[in-house]
Amino acid sequence: MAAVQETVDRVKSIDVSEYKYGFFSDIEADKAPKGLSEDIVRFISAKKNEPAWLTEWRLEAYRRWLTMREPSWARVNFPPVDYQDLYYYSAPKTAAGPKSLDEVDPELLKVYEKLGIPLKEQEILAGVQNPDVPERKIAVDAVFDSVSVVTTFKEELSKAGVVFCPISEAVHTHPELVRKYLGSVVPTTDNYYATLNSAVFSDGSFVYIPPGVRCPMELSTYFRINEQNTGQFERTLIIADKGAYVSYLEGCTAPKRDENQLHAAVVELIAHEDAEIKYSTVQNWYPGDADGKGGIYNFVTKRGECRGDNSKISWTQVETGSAITWKYPSCVLRGDNSRGEFYSIAISNGHQQVDSGTKMIHLGKNTTSRVISKGISAGKSQNTYRGQISAHRKATGARNFTNCDSLLIGNSCGAHTVPYIESKNPSTQFEHEATTSKISEDQLFYCQQRGLSAEEATALIVNGFVRDVLQQLPMEFAVEAQKLIAISLEGSVG
Amino acid sequence: MTAQIIPTRTAAETALAEAFGAAKATLPGCAEVAKLREDAFGAFFEAGLPHRRVEAWHYTDLRALMRDALPVAPTPTAAAIETLRAELGKSAAVGPRLVLLDGVFVPEVSDSLPAGVTVRSLAAVLTEGRPDLVALLAAQNHQIVDPIVSLNAALMQDGVVLEVAPGTSVAEPIQLVYATASSVPLARFFRSLVVVGAGASVMIAETCHGEGGRTGQTFGCLVFSVGDEARVGHTAEVTDTVAGSVRLDSFIAEIGAKAKFDSFALITGGGLVRRQIFLRFAGEEAEGTLSGVSLLRGREHADTTLFVEHAAPGCIGRETFRYILDEEATGVFQGKIRVAPVAQKTDGRMLSKALLLADTVAMNNKPELEIFADDVACGHGATCGGLNPDQLFYIQARGLPQADAEALLLEAFAAELVDEIGHDGLIDGFRADVAAWLGSRAKA
Repeated sequence: MAAVQETVDRVKSIDVSEYKYGFFSDIEADKAPKGLSEDIVRFISAKKNEPAWLTEWRLEAYRRWLTMREPSWARVNFPPVDYQDLYYYSAPKTAAGPKSLDEVDPELLKVYEKLGIPLKEQEILAGVQNPDVPERKIAVDAVFDSVSVVTTFKEELSKAGVVFCPISEAVHTHPELVRKYLGSVVPTTDNYYATLNSAVFSDGSFVYIPPGVRCPMELSTYFRINEQNTGQFERTLIIADKGAYVSYLEGCTAPKRDENQLHAAVVELIAHEDAEIKYSTVQNWYPGDADGKGGIYNFVTKRGECRGDNSKISWTQVETGSAITWKYPSCVLRGDNSRGEFYSIAISNGHQQVDSGTKMIHLGKNTTSRVISKGISAGKSQNTYRGQISAHRKATGARNFTNCDSLLIGNSCGAHTVPYIESKNPSTQFEHEATTSKISEDQLFYCQQRGLSAEEATALIVNGFVRDVLQQLPMEFAVEAQKLIAISLEGSVG
Repeated sequence: MTAQIIPTRTAAETALAEAFGAAKATLPGCAEVAKLREDAFGAFFEAGLPHRRVEAWHYTDLRALMRDALPVAPTPTAAAIETLRAELGKSAAVGPRLVLLDGVFVPEVSDSLPAGVTVRSLAAVLTEGRPDLVALLAAQNHQIVDPIVSLNAALMQDGVVLEVAPGTSVAEPIQLVYATASSVPLARFFRSLVVVGAGASVMIAETCHGEGGRTGQTFGCLVFSVGDEARVGHTAEVTDTVAGSVRLDSFIAEIGAKAKFDSFALITGGGLVRRQIFLRFAGEEAEGTLSGVSLLRGREHADTTLFVEHAAPGCIGRETFRYILDEEATGVFQGKIRVAPVAQKTDGRMLSKALLLADTVAMNNKPELEIFADDVACGHGATCGGLNPDQLFYIQARGLPQADAEALLLEAFAAELVDEIGHDGLIDGFRADVAAWLGSRAKA
């Protein structure tokens, strides 16, 4: 049973007590007064020098938020959040609109260096033999508390026509795009946290890939919460126009603190005809200490819309952090023949609580979706998969395959599966399974015929394609991710 | 947010409160039972009729679907009993019959039971207040939090209390026949208890009498207490409801060590049907099988909701449910398997399959797992889709018209579970029900 021991060791190695990114940097910050009111919303809007329509949009969301109640259906328990005891805006003082890397506060650069995030373009290029064909170039947008401090490779990207900048900048440089798409996938009225985000969102990335362009490099955003008692409310908007392709990566960490910190982000993806968006996340927020003290509340709304025919959106997530995760990256499959994918590995330890999954809403004809979710819980954690698959009346020929497995290590944790499968069309084929033996009888048979046990064969097949996606991650994420992929599925249960 | 939404009472809720207020003085039971009723109604009224924001009732919004509460059916008259006696005499039965008319046990028209099996009316047991039986009847003691189970506990009028002595082996199935005295829409609340002693074996078949007779609102509850090493079979035929009716059945079973328990239900017919099954494995190495077939058309809505709790090690649970949906029907399957930390070596499998035959049907599946033990093998599966065109083509290529080919596939789909019932006579009855449903489909 060496494999099981190996798995146990690996999960331990990412235990809460070994959180590597828990350091705190003393960087002077410019903060909004504590609490939330219309004035704070106006303050944030004014800080960003936003046009009137956006200020009004925020205020409308704020008024709406006041009438809403916090959702309680998720399998998570936490003391009520005091929304008046938070800072809604915090920016490093020196970060006000740096034009180039040289102008960025060296203290800030040190933080990212410590986190292993390459912000210096030349450093990445240095290792490349032939500068004409750079193999792994990654453009990074670094978000520190409420603002984006630097975005790399902007020039090279703009040559290809790609817009990659902080959303607060895009509001000024591409107002027509922002106005057209902001809130079109996750409306301000969507849910409690999304509405809150709409009112107070600070920064985040904006990506626009013009028609027919394959984005020449990986795009990534690195989120860091540094300041105490600060909520991070970033907003990411990615638009892939007709026939475009983009792969986007997101990473996140936070210092170790005894208080819980709130992270309520909104991510909106829009894929037009024949476009493809691949969105990968390595979520490594501070999960709290071994007694469950501190940690990030990660209440995130992520949704992609396959608006055009033959479009595709793929979510990949590796979740190891956060005290509480409440996150359901979803795909609205509106275009005919569009495809949604969701691959997830969620690992919980200590007192972590994970309630995560996906939604695949089939609206167009011949839409397909695939959901693969692996949950591993250890310590005293609770790990829930919650996923919705639904087909509407007109979604003829919709197909879904869902597979979710969970692994329990120790007897004081829990693993739960709550799928919602709703079909209103007889030509849909929805399959949901939670048994490892059913993944693909043919592939299993093939592997077993070559001498592997059923467990080994299953692990090989699932890890095989998860690895495929994870290999797309840049090196700095891959180190963390690689540890997770190797976890075997031995002893996994539905 | 501190703003509390104070739900306004619906007309149905207010009517139920009035009905309980008017009836509580006359409802059978000793002082302790009266207290239980009072508490149960309090629990119901606090929660109100379940609606879609209540997770367990997400797909069956009772608050919206049950607009009003009907008057409670009166005690059956002697004339109604005589009419029923004459009707029952005409039909042959599989095994002895225990007849409930409008939810009231009628010993005059019921058959005598084999040795080792005793039956009494629920009203008599509640009045007498034997502590062990009252404990089994009290919903609170089953740790079930459900407004409809509470409502039934508050207003239960009558039913049967069946006791099978330890070691008794009953050959023929004992039938619980539900009959109605009139076609006037009324509300009926009844609860029955079956206590099976250690090592005993028995089969209980719930059937209905008369077609389309049961209009109105029915709140039934059947409680099983299965002793160690007992073998119990159970079937339920929910085929007599009509459009506009509401039928909410709760089924509560607690299984002892090394016991074997099998239950099957067939749902056809109109209106709104919800069967909620609470199965608890209380003793080690017990085996339980729950299965069901729902055949729906028109605007019917059938909901099967399971709560299977593994509270002891080494138990095997199998839950298999199938749905055939036509016209504008809605099918709901919710299954929750909960494995307690002590229930190591649990083997649980749940499968729901639905065949969708029309563009206007809807199927909602929610198979849930809640696992707190680390050495278990639990799985669930759910599929929904149309008939396989390859299979249809294969049969049609052999000369059958399309309608017959479809009927053949549908019959096979449903019959697979019917054939698992451990009694030939009952299998024949259910197959005839399935054939009748398919026959009426072909005609349409």
